Amino acid sequence: MSRSLKKGPFVDRHLASKIEKAKVSKSKAPIKTWSRRSTITPEFVGLSFNVHNGKIFNLVFVTENMVGHKLGEFSYTRTFKRHGAHTAKAEAK
Amino acid sequence: MPRILGVDIPGEKRIDIALRYIYGIGPVNAREVLARAEIDPALRAKTLTEQQVSQIVHAIQEGKYVIEGDLRREIGLNLKRLQAIKSYRGYRHLRGLPVRGQRTGTNARTRKGPRKTVGVQRNPNAKAGTH
Repeated sequence: MSRSLKKGPFVDRHLASKIEKAKVSKSKAPIKTWSRRSTITPEFVGLSFNVHNGKIFNLVFVTENMVGHKLGEFSYTRTFKRHGAHTAKAEAK
Repeated sequence: MPRILGVDIPGEKRIDIALRYIYGIGPVNAREVLARAEIDPALRAKTLTEQQVSQIVHAIQEGKYVIEGDLRREIGLNLKRLQAIKSYRGYRHLRGLPVRGQRTGTNARTRKGPRKTVGVQRNPNAKAGTH
């Protein structure tokens, strides 16, 4: 079920305040955040974020198309491991 | 075999069923279209007169249904957008894996297709005795 429109999009308060600061100071430095659950609102566009995936921070540059998605959708939490020959090349990874 | 809106050729079925052969028209839309065109859904598709066919065509176009090529394109564009912004959903579509968080350890055959058995691939350069 989708979220009630009455409430508006969800953005963590701590993240919202960081964005406001970045907007005021016109800083383009990536904003470090753990808040994967925050919805990307139009204010996010043009900013970049370092979104935590549980282990590292992935750089996400927000474009207009991303509005309405959550930050976490762009910072994958799983790595795709494939089966294959145990060659030196594969072992090195 | 009457043709409705170009390519679609529904057969010897009741018209409410036959309309569902149009991509983008399902059970609900078919009934809606017929109600709008004021045609008995129990009629066979082949018995329709020219005039009734044009009534149906009119009802579909008036009803602003997105069908056939337009619908396919819309779906394709949605997928493209998800992939272009590198969202998790786009990535799952690319990979052909379930998009909505289903398990993949077992099942998920609809997305993954028929089972592919992967044998053990030995390293041709490996020394005898290892592995």
